[in-house]
Amino acid sequence: MHQLMYQLTRQLTHKLMHKRRWLFMLQLAFTLLICAFLIVPVILSMLAGLTVNYLVGIESGLTLRWVVEVWDGYRETIFASIGLSLACLAITLVLGVPAAYALARRQNRFTRAIEELLVMPVAVPGLATALALIVTYGTAGGFRTSWSFILVGHVLFTLPFMVRAVLAVLMAIDLKTLEEGAASLGASFGQRFRDIVLPNCRSGILAGSLMVVTLSMGEFNMTWLLHTPFTKTLPVGLADAYASLRLEVGSAYTLIFFVMIMPLLLALQFFATPRSKKFSVKDVS
Amino acid sequence: MSAAGRPFSIQLKGCSKTFPDGTRALETLELDIEAGETLVFLGPSGCGKTTTLRIIAGLESPDVGGQVFFDSENVTALPIERRNVGMVFQSYALFPNMSVAQNIGYGLRIKKHNAKAINARVSEMLEMMRIEALADRRVDQLSGGQRQRVALARALAVRPRALLLDEPLTALDAKLRDTLRLEIDTLLRSLAITTVYVTHDQAEAMALGDRIVVMDQGRVAHVGTPREIYQRPANRFVAEFIGTMNKVSGHASAGVFTCSAGTISWPQLPAGATELLFRPEDIRLAGADEPSTLSGRVAAAFFLGDRTRLFIEVGEAQPLVVESPARRSFELGEQLGLAIDVNGLLVL
Repeated sequence: MHQLMYQLTRQLTHKLMHKRRWLFMLQLAFTLLICAFLIVPVILSMLAGLTVNYLVGIESGLTLRWVVEVWDGYRETIFASIGLSLACLAITLVLGVPAAYALARRQNRFTRAIEELLVMPVAVPGLATALALIVTYGTAGGFRTSWSFILVGHVLFTLPFMVRAVLAVLMAIDLKTLEEGAASLGASFGQRFRDIVLPNCRSGILAGSLMVVTLSMGEFNMTWLLHTPFTKTLPVGLADAYASLRLEVGSAYTLIFFVMIMPLLLALQFFATPRSKKFSVKDVS
Repeated sequence: MSAAGRPFSIQLKGCSKTFPDGTRALETLELDIEAGETLVFLGPSGCGKTTTLRIIAGLESPDVGGQVFFDSENVTALPIERRNVGMVFQSYALFPNMSVAQNIGYGLRIKKHNAKAINARVSEMLEMMRIEALADRRVDQLSGGQRQRVALARALAVRPRALLLDEPLTALDAKLRDTLRLEIDTLLRSLAITTVYVTHDQAEAMALGDRIVVMDQGRVAHVGTPREIYQRPANRFVAEFIGTMNKVSGHASAGVFTCSAGTISWPQLPAGATELLFRPEDIRLAGADEPSTLSGRVAAAFFLGDRTRLFIEVGEAQPLVVESPARRSFELGEQLGLAIDVNGLLVL
């Protein structure tokens, strides 16, 4: 009897395992397919930047000529973009974190209205924002032709992302009581902000920073209208390259963009993910 | 080494509180809290007890004209961070970005003590609260009872001159509450620190308070020792809020009170009394050879092990609660005679 049961169970388990493996394979195949769909164009584009003649194909041979050409002609735009996005990050941090704090501490109809209004620059097309900026400040010569003109546009566009990210984290903790606890121990406003508020919204600040840098780096709509021949960002330069030069040059540009940007984003991502909790032997007991 | 500085007395003079939306949270309050005593604010939610605590702490300011004194110093204008009080919150308010030891040492760090002094004090507090093993834990790895101990240790680490506790045990389960109540009681007695304790739990208030302030709708209903408040409540609200109270209604004439269940002879009976109140311990089942004053039928009987809690229907709005240690069972509807100890009778 037992023997029979054992046999039956084994057969059943085997069948189940078999079925499960099939399901797993199917899922894996589907995932890989999606990945390929997304990644293949990127690889092709980067390969195009290294091909002697894209129309002929990869048989024409590989070259660094286009990369060098782009580097010579456009490297200022790359550094400009990195500088611009970091400046944008600095401003959104200085404006956004205190703003989120104020919104979190004072929850009323007024602050909720502000919260809603904050998403406007995201909802309004970048072109419209840019036009509004040009109509208003276009005649302010020095400002119009300087980098700060584009920076203002970027800050407008990215600030909501910083505020929202920080606000979400602050709303999830009982900030008021935490601050009262710190105050009861003698901490002044500045000390509370430094020791309690900032460390506890760290994950929000980092997530917001990642958002701001990424968005500012890749922003095209608004920047395309705001830029001057002397203030070109990377995406604007990329559009130029695709529009006016050989496809290989544009692709080489993409390649350089990747190589320059990826380490920055990866570093940000690394800091944004919370460190794994430290467990000591004591905790197991 | 003492855990606290020399305790101060706390005085509230003409303190009231009206919130911006016009709600009157606290009517004008005059109160003296003696140095070293444990004063408990007791009342249902919304009675103004937490508001009063927050005014003492400096987290709320009283309406214009109200003043708070620590000893003879007027601290009304001082914010909490300059009042040198230790505070324990219902939600504990432990800092999630710090370890247990860092939480406890935070107040000392703010006061710019050196690392060695901080470490020594933190170890001392960990030992006092018996949580040495938790020093390096993160706050989110602690149980409710452990959090409460850390919160107490943190509040006491800075040697406050008064300790303010806002419903510190409410978030815990019943058994843990009893254990911690005993611990807090022992702690407060050994520290002799001025303590203000807010709770809605009368058992907690009775156990911990040197004096209890019973509050109702922003007003003080009664201030007194637990014994006074229980045995001689100042008014109906206090009588009914604390413990169980039996009521019979009827009319008085010449030292005899007549109600639907019988008559009660009481020489001190005030003329014109229409209602008598008494505790369950002041009424018992009449013995076989004893004249009973009231009689009624058993409406419910709960066997509690050491005694039976009886609800006796006597034709009043509520059945009388009577406790009997007798080793017998009671039938529903059974007719019982009752004897009252007139020393426990109240007219309010």
